[in-house]
Amino acid sequence: MRDHYDIAIIGAGPAGMTAATVADKHGASVLLLDEQPEAGGQIYRAVGGQTIKDKNILGPDYYIGHELVSELDGSGVEYINGATVWQVSEDLEIGVSKDGAARLINADQVIIATGAQERPFPVPGWTLPGVMNAGGAQVLLKSSGVAVPDAVFIGTGPLLYMIAYQYLIAGVPIRAILDTTPPGNRLRAMAHLPGALGKLGALRKGQRWIKRLRAEGFPFIKEVEGIKLMGEDAVSGVEYRRRGQSWQIEANTVFLHQGIVPNVNLAMSAGCAHRWNEAQLCWHAKTDTWAESSIPGIAIAGDGGGIGGARAAELLGRIAGYGALHRLGRIDETERNRLAQPFRRAHANEMAIRPFLDAMFRPARQFRIPEDDSTTVCRCEEVSAGKVREAVDLGCLGPNQLKSFSRCGMGPCQGRFCGLTVNEIIADVRGVPAAEINAMRLRPPVKPLMLGELADLDLQPEQTARG
Amino acid sequence: MRRIEREDAVQITIEFEGQPVTAQEGDTVAAALLRAGQWTFRTTAVNGRARGPFCMMGVCFDCLVEIDGLANSQACMTNVQAGMRIKRQQGANDISLGAVADSDEGTAP
Amino acid sequence: MAPTVHTADAIVIGGGLHGCATALFLAKAGIKPVVLEKDHVGRHASGVNAGGVRSLGRALPEIPLAVAALAQWHTIRDLLDDDCGFVNPGQIKIAEDEAGLKALEARRRTVVDFGFEHEEMIDRNELRELVPAVAPHCVGGMVVRGDGYANPFQTVQAFRRKALSLGVRIIENNPFVSLEKQGGLWRITSARGDLEAPVVVNCAGAWGGHIAAMLGDPVPLEAQALMLMITDRLQPFVKPVVGVQGRSLSFKQFDNGTVLIGGAFRGRAEAEHNRTHLDPRGLAANAANAAAVFPAMRGARIVRCWAGIEGRIADDIPVIGASTAEGAFHAFGFSAHGFALSPIVGRIIAGLVTKGATDLPIDAFSVERFSE
Repeated sequence: MRDHYDIAIIGAGPAGMTAATVADKHGASVLLLDEQPEAGGQIYRAVGGQTIKDKNILGPDYYIGHELVSELDGSGVEYINGATVWQVSEDLEIGVSKDGAARLINADQVIIATGAQERPFPVPGWTLPGVMNAGGAQVLLKSSGVAVPDAVFIGTGPLLYMIAYQYLIAGVPIRAILDTTPPGNRLRAMAHLPGALGKLGALRKGQRWIKRLRAEGFPFIKEVEGIKLMGEDAVSGVEYRRRGQSWQIEANTVFLHQGIVPNVNLAMSAGCAHRWNEAQLCWHAKTDTWAESSIPGIAIAGDGGGIGGARAAELLGRIAGYGALHRLGRIDETERNRLAQPFRRAHANEMAIRPFLDAMFRPARQFRIPEDDSTTVCRCEEVSAGKVREAVDLGCLGPNQLKSFSRCGMGPCQGRFCGLTVNEIIADVRGVPAAEINAMRLRPPVKPLMLGELADLDLQPEQTARG
Repeated sequence: MRRIEREDAVQITIEFEGQPVTAQEGDTVAAALLRAGQWTFRTTAVNGRARGPFCMMGVCFDCLVEIDGLANSQACMTNVQAGMRIKRQQGANDISLGAVADSDEGTAP
Repeated sequence: MAPTVHTADAIVIGGGLHGCATALFLAKAGIKPVVLEKDHVGRHASGVNAGGVRSLGRALPEIPLAVAALAQWHTIRDLLDDDCGFVNPGQIKIAEDEAGLKALEARRRTVVDFGFEHEEMIDRNELRELVPAVAPHCVGGMVVRGDGYANPFQTVQAFRRKALSLGVRIIENNPFVSLEKQGGLWRITSARGDLEAPVVVNCAGAWGGHIAAMLGDPVPLEAQALMLMITDRLQPFVKPVVGVQGRSLSFKQFDNGTVLIGGAFRGRAEAEHNRTHLDPRGLAANAANAAAVFPAMRGARIVRCWAGIEGRIADDIPVIGASTAEGAFHAFGFSAHGFALSPIVGRIIAGLVTKGATDLPIDAFSVERFSE
């Protein structure tokens, strides 16, 4: 790794990979950093070295990632895996750890492409061993070819049905699917159907998956209103509520999923402005049409700025790459606009389906704002919903005061699994829209940093960050 | 656990809580332990509750285990190596175990 | 209709710890102040500092105040109906070598000559008894056994609650705009309205310099952002608060196992925007200092760093006392060591306001020292 690059890109998912290859093709020196052992991000996890023999299991969309990884491999991008970025400063100074050593790197342009994570799904018992995110089950399948028979899949959203379908194709038995999609969503989503017609194929594919799953024979229960995961030291069963009645299913493995949200920690800690998005119930980065954030020189591309999906991320990555090249002075405005033009149209097309999907799979209120006070909200520090509510009653107006009062948000995940829940609970107790509650103030390091590494920080001679 | 057929899967042996566990090269520690049917990786620092892997992508910090003496290691972010010794993390990190301290003694300024 | 002007017994500008402590003691003395706070109580340095409650290593003029404050901290529950998370496992300044030990001994003699014996020397063995995890090369140190630390957020909330219960009014989200003397009263303009009072107290921390200037008291104050970092939870291994002779370090482990590390490493403060920026080089140097005396700390993980905004005065001691303008008083610019002094400063200012005098020596803190 050198001390300085024209463009540094953080995250080697679809957006990061395309931004990197675009920038490299036009002669910029490019550093691509990713904390996983291989490129692909989460959606294309392990696609570079995928060894599962039956390609039908993961499906054709997955293998698209292979082309992106090949393009990256054939480029002049300096791609460093196993590298955890713990800071990006306003001056574009990047703090990164690799192999137990931390160092600082400067770049003239930074593109943050940190992608998405799964939305928190706070139900009683969600912290029990044996309970995992559905995306986690997918990582297990993609990276290690491991699947868990007789799991109960709970939640809503395309990814839930996708992983269940992949299990079905792989011949792995499913215990049950408990679908928490609120019944009113379908009607609300219909209003957005015209916009989704450009991606009718994708919609039909999702419907086919669900149809196959329903036909398989295991319980596929819709309109589930309440979930409680039972067990003492590990999950042993699921109690679910539907139309006022309670039912129980035995289960040693539960996969939860209710959508994905941007991984905002790095961008927020850099000072990039964000705005609450009520349609997606999460934070969106404020960016211009070239993906540049409120901080000059820092762009945010892909799901990390707002959920658009893998193809949209790929396209926005290219657009962000052209934007960065222009800001660097490598291409002029006309050239930039010309190069980006086809991708812009395609990106708009991809994004057109979003309102429909956002409405169709909008998680129910009770699964975002737990009614049961005993539900753990902050997994790291074991803070319950009741404790959060109590803190608000005692005067905590926002998540930052809540931190001081209750330690909620002060654990190693740094609010990734409690931030959204906390904000919605506070808004609910205070009777104001969630958009009015400030986000949790995030500071570096955005991933825990070993003190020994920090103490040994590899310091380069003082240099100005930006020319 | 159901294993999906993979090409060229190389077996290696690691140790969990003193017992040998068969893993595959390229597995994360988390995947290897799950493959072996182990779902409890640690107990929490506040209430001593059992936890295991949740997100499998390095953002939840619930899969913390002790790897070759180094506590608070994210199992889902660490690839297995032959002979790796893994133990459950019980409560908070006990740094007095000194896995990371330099053998040099501190020196005066 | 003419704007309504509210009249108060006193106006305190700044709802941090010193503002709330001042307001509380004024209320106890029968004066009902209004506190004006531009953000919310404890938003800045007060809520995010290291929480050290020490009399060890103070600049000489601060020693009498610190010693008196420690006495208050030991009975803080009586004052505030809240223990503020105060514990007193002692504060130790470690000497890493003979030269360090000699420097501490010289310091001790100076303080004894000044009339105070609270700082005690300890040898190798006692150092290891008190701090078993200390690095082998450390040769001894200095201890104040009654020193300790408290929880800043809890403390400032306790002051606030108690002040409110005694009839103090606190107006938050209310930036101060200007002040002037009108007909013998101070007329304060703030975002949410005008107030009048015979007494005004400047407790505005990093923003106190502007107010002092308006009162005709120039003060060389700058906003500074001292950096702090905190680890994940660790098994308990150290009880006293630790500093090191010749290194910039403050180091303490809380009951919850997390370790808070600070020092005099500065980030960059943007006081106008309530923002601070961290400097990784300073953090690295701070981490290195911690690792030097606690090598096992190399295996701890830093989960968060931050820096609050506070006021630093060029000579590193605060301004406490009467303004040159009649009816105005100052208590600001605590230069990274104001937390522990908050209860005594409240008492001092209340004494000045009600009786024109205080029983503690505060001449060294006079605002007039800059106008010579």
